[in-house]
Amino acid sequence: MAKQYEFLNQRRLPYLLVLPQMVIVIIFFFWPAAQAVWQSFFIQDAFGSRLIFVGFENYLKLFADPAYGESFVVSTAFALAVTASAMTIALFLAVQANREIRLSSFYKTMLIWPYAVATMVAGVLWLFMFNPNVGVVAWLLEKKLGIAWSHLLNSRQAFLLITVAASWKQVAYNFVFFLAGLQSVPAPLVEAAAIDGASPLVRFWRIIFPLLSPTTFYLLVMNLVYGFFETFPIIHQVTAGGPGKATQILVYKVWRDGVINLDLGGSAAQSVILMLLVIGLTVVQFRFIERKVTY
Amino acid sequence: MKRFGFAILVVLAFALAFTGCEKKPTGPVTVEFWHAMTGKNGDMVAQVCEKFNASQEAYKVTPVYKGSYSDTMNAAIAAFRAGQAPAIAQVYEVGTATMMSAKGAIKPVYQLMKENKAKFDPKAYIPTITGYYSTSKGEMLSMPFNSSTSVMYYNKDAFRKAGLDPEKPPVTWPEFFETAKKLKASGMQGGFSTNWISWIQLENFSAWHNQSFGTKNNGFDGLDTELVFNTPLTLKHFETLYQLSKDKTFIYGGRENKANPLFVSGQVGMHFESIGGYGNFKANCKFDFGVARLPYYPDVAGAPQNTIIGGASLWVFGGKTKYEYKAVSEFFSFISQPEIQAFWHQNTGYLPITKAAYELTKSQGFYEKNPGPEVAINQLLNKEPTGNSMGIRFGNFNIIREIEDQTWEDILADKISVKDGLDKMVAEGNKTLREFERVNK
Repeated sequence: MAKQYEFLNQRRLPYLLVLPQMVIVIIFFFWPAAQAVWQSFFIQDAFGSRLIFVGFENYLKLFADPAYGESFVVSTAFALAVTASAMTIALFLAVQANREIRLSSFYKTMLIWPYAVATMVAGVLWLFMFNPNVGVVAWLLEKKLGIAWSHLLNSRQAFLLITVAASWKQVAYNFVFFLAGLQSVPAPLVEAAAIDGASPLVRFWRIIFPLLSPTTFYLLVMNLVYGFFETFPIIHQVTAGGPGKATQILVYKVWRDGVINLDLGGSAAQSVILMLLVIGLTVVQFRFIERKVTY
Repeated sequence: MKRFGFAILVVLAFALAFTGCEKKPTGPVTVEFWHAMTGKNGDMVAQVCEKFNASQEAYKVTPVYKGSYSDTMNAAIAAFRAGQAPAIAQVYEVGTATMMSAKGAIKPVYQLMKENKAKFDPKAYIPTITGYYSTSKGEMLSMPFNSSTSVMYYNKDAFRKAGLDPEKPPVTWPEFFETAKKLKASGMQGGFSTNWISWIQLENFSAWHNQSFGTKNNGFDGLDTELVFNTPLTLKHFETLYQLSKDKTFIYGGRENKANPLFVSGQVGMHFESIGGYGNFKANCKFDFGVARLPYYPDVAGAPQNTIIGGASLWVFGGKTKYEYKAVSEFFSFISQPEIQAFWHQNTGYLPITKAAYELTKSQGFYEKNPGPEVAINQLLNKEPTGNSMGIRFGNFNIIREIEDQTWEDILADKISVKDGLDKMVAEGNKTLREFERVNK
């Protein structure tokens, strides 16, 4: 006991221990974030030789631009659509795979596999299938079902395509977590309910689903973040933000304006807004949603 | 300990050698050349550099692949901001105005060649190519490297099947649209498609008809240039394209060069693409195809004028030592030689930048087997370039092209009328030109 006391009495040690982590966070997060905030108040040429302070002009320009509002709506709709479909499908599959069935480990492996595909490659795969000129699925849709598939011009189809591609990849990730969650649901509880005459549906909604809530909550956060930020490669490959600006989500716009169009001030202002958005989203989720979650 | 001391001495010696910037370094002067060429073209860049390095012992050029055009440009800019710029960077044509306006960051090529007394005759180059990268006084700012222009490709087999003469491709737009309808009627999925709507159907279209794309000689004479391409002629052209898209006589295949599969797979019989895509078509088309000039409207006085180029040029960064500049100037003289240009031209499909290289290639009989590239060169040389056909020099050019691409898709999807669409391209494009002017004045 005495030794432990001595250890706790060391004042500097805890700081020393968190130091590496802090250094990493400062260098890779706080510093760039501060730079983004700083840059968002200026306009400058690509080479940084002229720097003009413009106050909040970059922000005001964004808010006055209807395209930015559209991008906001598209991003939200996209993130929600991906989250909803990826989570529902994954939960359904996990419940099915959790039963004692033949070849269940085979199913599980197959269902987890898509996660090993890089997001960029996933985008290319879906693009090839749905390419209006040479895609197999596009061809089948047109020949067999009479649906003219052209996500190059039809914005609804473009939105559908990126949602499906992004969800497909995320289903695998959600599946792993749901399956693990389901396996930790105590069997006696479910069996007792069954003896009491609860139907499978009731057992699921009343017992299994509430016990899964920590997993569901975690996945909700992860999926929204994925939908908002990590789907960049899919958008880039499949639609490049088109047709028009129909699938230009916020992160894609930040990249285009900053990296391709070299509008550093405007791009920085967008990043700051995104940063505030993420902070807000996280606070809301942990403050209000987490309270309803039973751990 | 002794050994350690020796190591320090060696390090110090090296440090001294490198800090004394203007001191003549021992061994060959090495300069970096950042580029964006992949595949076969990337190998050709390496070969050209190797040829230069083998041709003499004083200088060495090291090619470094830096990713896509925009990656390469961004990498070079970031390196410049950090004081680590390469001597030479390949920058695509849309980045020209951005590079030009960075006074102090770049070393204009005409100055570089003069200061180093390098072999350099501005008259030897093809004016439509060098013009794109020169001031309006004709001073060359960057060295043209890989240049292309847009041409029409057509499927000769499909022409035969539709009862058309495969040796007589349409010359004017009215003839072209008639041909497209016939091709579609012969059972093809569509008549024609096009890549690069902004570069081919707007920029080159304007130059080919000798009409202004922007004021101030398309931006060559000042940052206060304005877009003016929403003319009755462009409107007529776009109106026709839009109408023909309704019954799929014209099929839209996507931005940039994404429409290529439509032509390669034989879904359309005619297609507009850069001459840089010639090799790709040669390798992948399972049919006999031909290359023809861009069509024009015969009722426009002065048409056809000449087409303008696309591709990239080599920019030299400022703040290098005089030895490095000497190396770069020698390299530029070297790559301008007819033999090197002909080698580059014949192996990559990009155009030769000097007339001598063109003549050499011709005398070697290259065009008898590859008639395509010659069509492109003749298009560039068709007439002495005017202020409308010299090139395009806009700041934020990328954004302007993006606006054009996006609005064009909205037109085809019936979200905006053709007239309003063209007006919107011009209005929004002008806004972005003013932003560039404000920062770069």
